[in-house]
Amino acid sequence: MATIKYTKEHEWVRVEGDIGTVGITDHAQQQLGDLVFIELPAIGKKVAQGDEAAVIESVKAASEVYAPIGGEVVEVNAALGDDPAKVNADAMGGGWFFKIRIANPKELDALLDEASYQDLVGESH
Amino acid sequence: MTDAPTESLKRTPLDSLHRELGGRMVPFAGYEMPVQYEGILAEHLHTRSHAGLFDVSHMGQARLWGPDADAAFETLVPGDVVELPRGRIRYTMFTNEKGGILDDLMIARRDDHLFLVVNAACKDADFAHIEAKLAGRLKMEILADRALLALQGPGADVALARLAPASSAMPFMSIADIKIAGIDCQVTRSGYTGEDGFEISVSAGWAKELARALLAQPEVKPIGLGARDSLRLEAGLCLYGSDIDETTTPIEASLLWTISKRRREHGGFPGAAVVQKQIAQGVSRRRVGILPEGKAPARAHTVVTDEKGAPVGEITSGGYGPSVGGPVAMGYVQTAFAAPGTPLQLIVRERAQPARVVKLPFTEHRYFKG
Repeated sequence: MATIKYTKEHEWVRVEGDIGTVGITDHAQQQLGDLVFIELPAIGKKVAQGDEAAVIESVKAASEVYAPIGGEVVEVNAALGDDPAKVNADAMGGGWFFKIRIANPKELDALLDEASYQDLVGESH
Repeated sequence: MTDAPTESLKRTPLDSLHRELGGRMVPFAGYEMPVQYEGILAEHLHTRSHAGLFDVSHMGQARLWGPDADAAFETLVPGDVVELPRGRIRYTMFTNEKGGILDDLMIARRDDHLFLVVNAACKDADFAHIEAKLAGRLKMEILADRALLALQGPGADVALARLAPASSAMPFMSIADIKIAGIDCQVTRSGYTGEDGFEISVSAGWAKELARALLAQPEVKPIGLGARDSLRLEAGLCLYGSDIDETTTPIEASLLWTISKRRREHGGFPGAAVVQKQIAQGVSRRRVGILPEGKAPARAHTVVTDEKGAPVGEITSGGYGPSVGGPVAMGYVQTAFAAPGTPLQLIVRERAQPARVVKLPFTEHRYFKG
């Protein structure tokens, strides 16, 4: 069964084997509002945990998406290029950003589990 | 994503209504204001297709009294106030001695006074400026106890006419006292979206009742500051502090149209010599519309270069235009690059994105011409 972990910056990563699928949380898309442009990383790009990996633009502002885990980008959700609103509609599913081949699974230990993340966003309201 | 402390922020007379309607409140120009209700995209598109109600009570309102008030006020602005007909309003700006813009504003002539609307962030400085320069020539009455609502969009006319039939015949850029749903209001046919619409000044105590009466019309939804900004950007209208400020003159800002022939010739406003010289000899940079050719928005302060990469200007307002369906921007470029069609590059996240100069507005103005 896949494990989902979260960052304090509101990214999620779903781990299946050595592949992590990355997106932003539903809480994040609600806070950002309507997304109008998403810049995804190039396939083959190597990122360290915490590196800027993608850029999302709402009507009002641009924000960064950070890699929740280090590794090599192996796939991107190209459908977001034509339809960034997929992230607003389904942030935890069809609105995923990219898949990464995880370099060091130990880095997952630094991330939040579901309950801790829900505590975090619960407190910020 | 943490909210700034809000204790010191002011609230408008519609504050509780915004919260009741689900408005997301943010700090803006010293006030807590709704940035959005259901979402900026939907609100923007609703305003262009139907009608939107905006709370702009944070803006400054004042009456200027005295037989000499028009001539006195003209000493602070390049717009024509002396020849402004009764019942009409005009867009102009306060200038400084260098011809820079201290604020932009609307001035209207009523039967026995002038009515003034200025930006929220500048209002204290504007009122102090008027007091300091004109105290002996006019009497200023600051209207701190009045709300200001804007009803904008192609459905604004029919929505307002149900509550106030007299509003429908008002020409664009006119002002009148009209009862709306029985409430005494001062109405102008004007706005900041490029659409037909009205701006309604009402006593603070009646503001919520008026807003509810307008929101009860089937065309009308509440609209936040987010869509207000994207609507005005598509309409090519300046945001003070971004597109115009103390370092930009009306000529550089492509606002020569706001200065009448008489005022161009006779001057008599702060910085007139600079402005007159610029009219005669041209300017080195100009505000233009800039259309990014890709999908990435170019935000304020983005560097603009020529096709070879040499810097020629800067974006001052930029974002996504929901009605255009893509990014839109405006900014200042060297005059040699200001002609519509001129190819440019925008440096977004260190990469050059193709763009070109376009004639403003991005969406055609649909002001009332009846």
